[in-house]
Amino acid sequence: MYERVYKLQNAISGEPGNKYSRSSLYKDAWRRLTRNRLAIIGLSIIAALIFISLFSPFLATHDPTLRVKEDSLKPPGSQYWFGTDILGRDIYSRVIYGSRISMLVGIVAVGISLLIGLGMGAVAGYFGGFSDALIMRIADIFFAFPYILGAIAIMAVLGPGIVNIFVAIGILGWAHFARLFRSSILSIKNKEYIEAARALGASNFRIIIKHIFPNSFAPIIVFGTMNVGTAIIVEAALSFLGLGVQPPAPAWGQMLSESMRYINTAPWMMFFPGMAIVFTVLGFVLFGDGLRDAFDPRMK
Amino acid sequence: MLYYILRRILQMVPVIIGVTLILFMLIYMIPEDPASLILQKGATEQALANLRAKMGIDRPLHIQYLRYMGNLVRGDLGTSYRYRRPVSSILADYYPNSIRLALAAIIIEIFVGIITGIIAAVKRYSFWDTLVTVSTTLAVCVPVFWLGMIFQNIFGLRLGWLPISGMGDGSLRYYIMPAFTLASVSLAYVARITRSSMLETMSNDYITTAFAKGLSPGMVIGKHALKNAMIPVVTLVGLNLGTLMGGAVLTETVFNWPGVGRAIYHAILERDTPVVIGGTLVLVMIFLILNLIIDIVYAYLDPRIRFDRRESRV
Repeated sequence: MYERVYKLQNAISGEPGNKYSRSSLYKDAWRRLTRNRLAIIGLSIIAALIFISLFSPFLATHDPTLRVKEDSLKPPGSQYWFGTDILGRDIYSRVIYGSRISMLVGIVAVGISLLIGLGMGAVAGYFGGFSDALIMRIADIFFAFPYILGAIAIMAVLGPGIVNIFVAIGILGWAHFARLFRSSILSIKNKEYIEAARALGASNFRIIIKHIFPNSFAPIIVFGTMNVGTAIIVEAALSFLGLGVQPPAPAWGQMLSESMRYINTAPWMMFFPGMAIVFTVLGFVLFGDGLRDAFDPRMK
Repeated sequence: MLYYILRRILQMVPVIIGVTLILFMLIYMIPEDPASLILQKGATEQALANLRAKMGIDRPLHIQYLRYMGNLVRGDLGTSYRYRRPVSSILADYYPNSIRLALAAIIIEIFVGIITGIIAAVKRYSFWDTLVTVSTTLAVCVPVFWLGMIFQNIFGLRLGWLPISGMGDGSLRYYIMPAFTLASVSLAYVARITRSSMLETMSNDYITTAFAKGLSPGMVIGKHALKNAMIPVVTLVGLNLGTLMGGAVLTETVFNWPGVGRAIYHAILERDTPVVIGGTLVLVMIFLILNLIIDIVYAYLDPRIRFDRRESRV
């Protein structure tokens, strides 16, 4: 909110120390990023999540799948920090372990989208012509498909399971990356340094990987970061609908689905997994916003 | 204008073909044999073969697709495994409820979103602006189904203001919570874009002029700024319809709303894939048609759209 004022102050005060030092797009962006408080909060949330998902066994207080019949629907307390569910499982430990599924899906699924999207975008943007028209029309069809609906249809056919979630979310997300990469290729492929590379005898593949890719990386990494948040929400939605990771594995969306009938009697069952999703997605959104502002300070 | 509408409808054709092709391929990929799912367990080999021939699933892929398209045009979405009834007859009762809920959500999204966006822009850096910025950032991170459950807990159970679920007699009270839930994410985007679009418009010279000639702030904002600031908002409303249709499945599930989304959810639980795919197709079609309407409204609001494109294409 006060970013504009803040940026203005930056511009006025200047950065005297850096006047003579070498600076690059990434160095400048990093400096802007570390000065953006919201971006740092986002980055801290992401770091905390990575820590939690790596060290779940040490952080959890109970076995996330252990059922203790006599402790069914216990409210939060000293023994069960976040309470227990209908089967007497510890919600705190399930939330901790649930972070593994969410992070894994977010990162792997977006990785798949990224790979397909960059490949398709490179072909479309670099070679143009028929391949461009064809790929972009296919992308249009994927745009017409509402994300969650597409994922539901694919999962209904493939059946539930984490690998299928990677595939479903990964396949549906490529079109945005393709369009983004294509447009940055179009904007730089006629620049002099590309021509120079070609004159020196560089192959198409080398030009794309060595010259075009590093120069169009910024918007892709921004969009990728935000997309991890989207993928995590879609995974939660799929698990909520019973199409995600199968029980007893603890996925946040599935925990929410189980809590639906106990909104009144055991509200803690829905509160904690929901908060976990919100914080996770918030982390990626804030960090993505920060990255965008850092790479392109004129925006916003 | 008519030219633009026709062209826009024609542009939809390849998209519809692509979408149906994808859904058809998905049905084709279903590992189970539909015939044995429809018939009882002890069915003879001959009966199965007869049914396969009748359903056309023993024919080559492209013939099957043409047949599938032919059926679609006639409104046939296949047969439910579970109920042995046409999918279309199962969904027929539900889709009007889905459209009603979606329209209610769009109305909320537009009105509430635009009004909060304007307040945030006009009272920039005030408490209200901060509140709008923070809550719109959060709204994007909250899964709609969880938001729905929170609403149910607060407004339905604790305060007892609104019915928790179902459509009841169809009166307005039943719409409020599900429609707000469904609208939440899009509402946040609309409020944000209205805010930034208004801020940009308000910095134009003609706004300064309008103020300088002594018009009241209400007049300047309502008459001069708003109309020009609305163009990106309309685009966004169109883009967000997809989110709305996807959210429909989740919202209808949480609120037990008798729509296509809830039918999809039940079909998922019963592993009734034709209903899932058919329901998805219906929602995608609703999405495409609403999108077309918004595009036409857009072209009407901003004449540049319909002229620009025509000239650049010719």
